[in-house]
Amino acid sequence: MTRRSLLAFLGLLLAKPLTVLAAWNEQAFGAKTAADALKNIGAAAAAPSKDIMIEAPQIAENGAVVPIEISSNIPGTTSIAVVIEKNPFPLAGKFDFKEGALPFVKLNVKMGETSDVRVVAVAGGRQYVATREIKVTIGGCGG
Amino acid sequence: MAGPMKMRASVAGGFTEVRVLMTHPMTTAQSGQALHFIQNITVKQNGKAVVEAEISQAVSRNPVFSFRLKGGAKGDKIEVSWLDNKGETNKIETAVA
Repeated sequence: MTRRSLLAFLGLLLAKPLTVLAAWNEQAFGAKTAADALKNIGAAAAAPSKDIMIEAPQIAENGAVVPIEISSNIPGTTSIAVVIEKNPFPLAGKFDFKEGALPFVKLNVKMGETSDVRVVAVAGGRQYVATREIKVTIGGCGG
Repeated sequence: MAGPMKMRASVAGGFTEVRVLMTHPMTTAQSGQALHFIQNITVKQNGKAVVEAEISQAVSRNPVFSFRLKGGAKGDKIEVSWLDNKGETNKIETAVA
């Protein structure tokens, strides 16, 4: 084995775990209904919970930038997903919290129109969901 | 384009708050432009991954995120990196203030 081919081989070995780490759930993000998106993240049967906190404006004037702050008070929360019911692709994001992180995230999302926003939390292998309606004056999916 | 990132991390009230800004167009298919958006975000605390996120084009242009880490101390190294659907990537590192 030449030095060059050895380097190429080592490069392949390094590249593989990187692509595994950068997993992106194409099926869930490609889902066109909230039900399909929830099914694809394994949350079709999530139980309603009052321990998932969603802070967002009741009325968002600009659908291009809707701030949402989410935290879960469910002990052992390991994951939070955001599903915007009426967006063309409802799943906006999924956040996995490892040892050392608090189940909290604040982000800005685009909303095409007034919609329910569902937040799914996973704790101890069980799914929980909270829903909040956000009214949108001007849709923001053209951005 | 993989534009600049900004980050601020501070410890208060028993947790570390990380606020990060990414420069990215986050274009949707509905915009008539090529779909171009960040897909993966990783937050590391002193070299250890603490948050792994997958996001869609529904995240606003030039994304801003806040995350919270348990405990922490001044000087902790926080690194945030992203990878988009075209394979572009960027990262930023800062010490907790």
